[in-house]
Amino acid sequence: MKYDVCIIGAGITGAMTARKLAKYNVSVCVLEAAGDVAMGATKANSAIVHAGFDAECGTLKAALNVKGCAMMPAETKELDVPYKQCGSLVCAYSDAEIAHLEQLYARGCENGVPDMRIVGGDELRAMEPNISPDAVAALWAPTAGIVCPYELCIAACENAVINGVQFKTNFRVTNITKENGTFAVTDGNEIVYADYLVNAAGVHSDEIAVLAGETDFPMHVIPRRGEYMLLDRSEGKMANHVLFSCPSANGKGILVSPTVDGNLILGPTAKAIDDKDDTATTTDGLMEVQNGARHLVPTVNTRAVITQFSGVRPTPVYADGDITKSDFCIRISETVPGLLHLAGIESPGLASSPATGEYAVELLAKMGLSLTEKSSYTPGRPKKIRFRELSDEERAEVIKQNPLYGKIICRCETVTEGEIVDAIHRPLGARDLDMVKRRTRAGMGRCGSGFCSPRTVEILARELGVPMDTITKCGGNSVILNGGKK
Amino acid sequence: MDAKKIIIIGGGPAGLAAAIEANNQGIAPDDILILERDRELGGILNQCIHAGFGLHMFGEEMTGPEYAGRFIDIVKERNIGYLCNAMVLSVSPDREVAFVSPTEGFCRVKAGAIILAMGCRERTRGALNIAGTRPAGIYSAGTAQRYVNIDGYLPGKKVVILGSGDIGLIMARRLTLEGAKVLRVCELMPYSGGLPRNIAQCLDDFDIPLYLSHTVTEIHGRERVEGVTVAKVGDDRRPIVGTEEYIECDTLLLSVGLLPENELSREAGIALDRITGGAVVDETMQTSIPGVFACGNVLHVHDLVDFVTKEAYRAGAAAAKFVTGETVPGGNIRTGTVLSTEGKNGVRYVMPQKLHADGALSTETALFFRVDNIYRDKYVVLSVDGREITKTKKRFLEPGQMENVRLTDGAIDAIKTGKTVTVSLADA
Repeated sequence: MKYDVCIIGAGITGAMTARKLAKYNVSVCVLEAAGDVAMGATKANSAIVHAGFDAECGTLKAALNVKGCAMMPAETKELDVPYKQCGSLVCAYSDAEIAHLEQLYARGCENGVPDMRIVGGDELRAMEPNISPDAVAALWAPTAGIVCPYELCIAACENAVINGVQFKTNFRVTNITKENGTFAVTDGNEIVYADYLVNAAGVHSDEIAVLAGETDFPMHVIPRRGEYMLLDRSEGKMANHVLFSCPSANGKGILVSPTVDGNLILGPTAKAIDDKDDTATTTDGLMEVQNGARHLVPTVNTRAVITQFSGVRPTPVYADGDITKSDFCIRISETVPGLLHLAGIESPGLASSPATGEYAVELLAKMGLSLTEKSSYTPGRPKKIRFRELSDEERAEVIKQNPLYGKIICRCETVTEGEIVDAIHRPLGARDLDMVKRRTRAGMGRCGSGFCSPRTVEILARELGVPMDTITKCGGNSVILNGGKK
Repeated sequence: MDAKKIIIIGGGPAGLAAAIEANNQGIAPDDILILERDRELGGILNQCIHAGFGLHMFGEEMTGPEYAGRFIDIVKERNIGYLCNAMVLSVSPDREVAFVSPTEGFCRVKAGAIILAMGCRERTRGALNIAGTRPAGIYSAGTAQRYVNIDGYLPGKKVVILGSGDIGLIMARRLTLEGAKVLRVCELMPYSGGLPRNIAQCLDDFDIPLYLSHTVTEIHGRERVEGVTVAKVGDDRRPIVGTEEYIECDTLLLSVGLLPENELSREAGIALDRITGGAVVDETMQTSIPGVFACGNVLHVHDLVDFVTKEAYRAGAAAAKFVTGETVPGGNIRTGTVLSTEGKNGVRYVMPQKLHADGALSTETALFFRVDNIYRDKYVVLSVDGREITKTKKRFLEPGQMENVRLTDGAIDAIKTGKTVTVSLADA
């Protein structure tokens, strides 16, 4: 099958690019190595829409971050994704750090971040009663927000699907050739042809560049792992805003933030590793997360932890080696016509993503892709019921329409059978336990999916018409029940 | 749905017994409503197909489903109201229960009294901060039990069990009988939290080694568990560097403790005990909200269901008295002196946490407690305001076994003028 555009990678950057391209009369195919979209850095990050004062002035990163942040409220509304513009506070503990805040403030102003202010200790404590007594000032950026990153990505992909974009998951690109101006992209089983190729492969974007024949790629990717702890909703009120320490060369440091679903997230560490797909947590890393979180919020109850996880961010390292000057590697290939790189997108990739998607479309147009607007374009996605958030009357009504919405499967997160069945039959529908979890939050709660996982396995088997012992946790060999049927 | 005299949240052993006793005390069957979130009554007993239940209540050894069946039969014979697949979403301080069910939809129902009997949940991998990957093959012991005993699937073939709680021990035997190889059971503490009879019957009889003072420090395998690292722990319960050992396995079972499920209680504003994780109750099982009672594992984790049943009978009787207007200490109008109970010198907690000086105390009234370590040859001392009232010699006390001390006439007299009732251990 031949497409106008083939996007490699269904993380937030690839997803937003697909969504923005779906407005036009172009055929698009998205290839994803994993079994689901949003499985790389998009799945495991701080879930923050940064205001845009971190990036060096004049970089693409700065411009896309500030624009993406401004787009996020409308973008999330269209996609029916919960978004909370709670604002962020970078906390300073000394005069030297206050000087740093002033630098950040100046940089933010130049980047175009609106409404920032440096607040003193008293105001900081009024805003954040649980902040460390040692914090003396903070940079307040009211435009920052929180969003569930994989939900945003899944929503963007669902939107792309209903507007005609093709997705192929479990498609790990092994070879790319180009003949007569057409790319042929294969995973060894199937070939996808396209006139334009977009490299949005995250930590693997440097490898994809090489496969695509790029001879002038300016950087390589260092996988940098960030470990996190997610705390119970009981702790969600410990922070009202995204709380940062003053940044260092290693990144923005350990943060404490409420999540849009009401939990509290702590992290990340930042450790360069060798294996791009190694998302294990470590004892030392989790200790660092706890200590870093206590630096900001000394009374944080890390015993109320629900889970620990880690994500691997694609840190671009340019030939000149200066990691602090690194920008997103977004550029039209000079050696391979028709190839566009959206590479090296680490933080603030999530915040930037709607702007990055639009920018990618502009670049593709510049490369010669002909764009005419589609009359049938729909900006949203199929309606999604979140039973937990409904009013009493709405709850009564949805159960009347479909009794499966009256059956709670996940008691911790109040997720109904109706929502799980919907997640299975939606565009890019759930095929395993973790896909159900990311789409419904079933299994995301304090019991660690102990109660709901057997029920969810049963529902998946029933809806997909397969035996229970073929259902996996996350695709591949992650079969839940591998000891055989009794 | 019309208001009910008594709504019982949970149709496991506690809820069933509470309903039956409320009915015994004169509450009409259709004035009682048991709300059960699962598809059938019986609670966790339905998946506990091993024997050992009922020795205290019925003087015979029964399986979990048999034990539950006795109570379910009575509930059905008497037409006591119950609704399955019904999940309670909230309880309000003025005793209104909001729940959903596929058949009834969304309902808010007023209750004369509420009995909390939601049971408990298992501690998870997350709570232990075990580092490593997050593959398939990590189960709490209860989840694995459900897969094997209800769904009929074996979750894995080569199993390491962390924690020697009773469910873990039972599952070590169960998985072995079903053909899996249980390589070892690791226990963080220098003693097991399980019942001695379960160590003997579930591990020793099957030559499954128990490694005390050991824990799992890392999980390996990206898609399915491929192995775990275990290490010996020191007196501080931290892993000792250099003692790590890699064990190849495809399954890690966790039996690392049970937590009363009190999210509903907390949201209703009911005072909770920091140590038990359950509500603070008085001798009638009444919580800090008048007319709301609690019993079973939602109150404190029990080792034997027989004691859950007895506790639930007390809650059911008191709830019945509450709605019929009989005097219940601490009821609508609180009268008399309220005493606090406390545990000291090795006693971790005492339940009930409150006693009424003018209440329904009798020599049948018992204070339940657990110790915080293994003790030999100790006196269990009951004192009021520091004055020793009774002492009972115990040859052996361990955290895995719930203990109790009954009030004597002397104790009841002392309580009438006292403030604090203490249960403590003293050298024999």
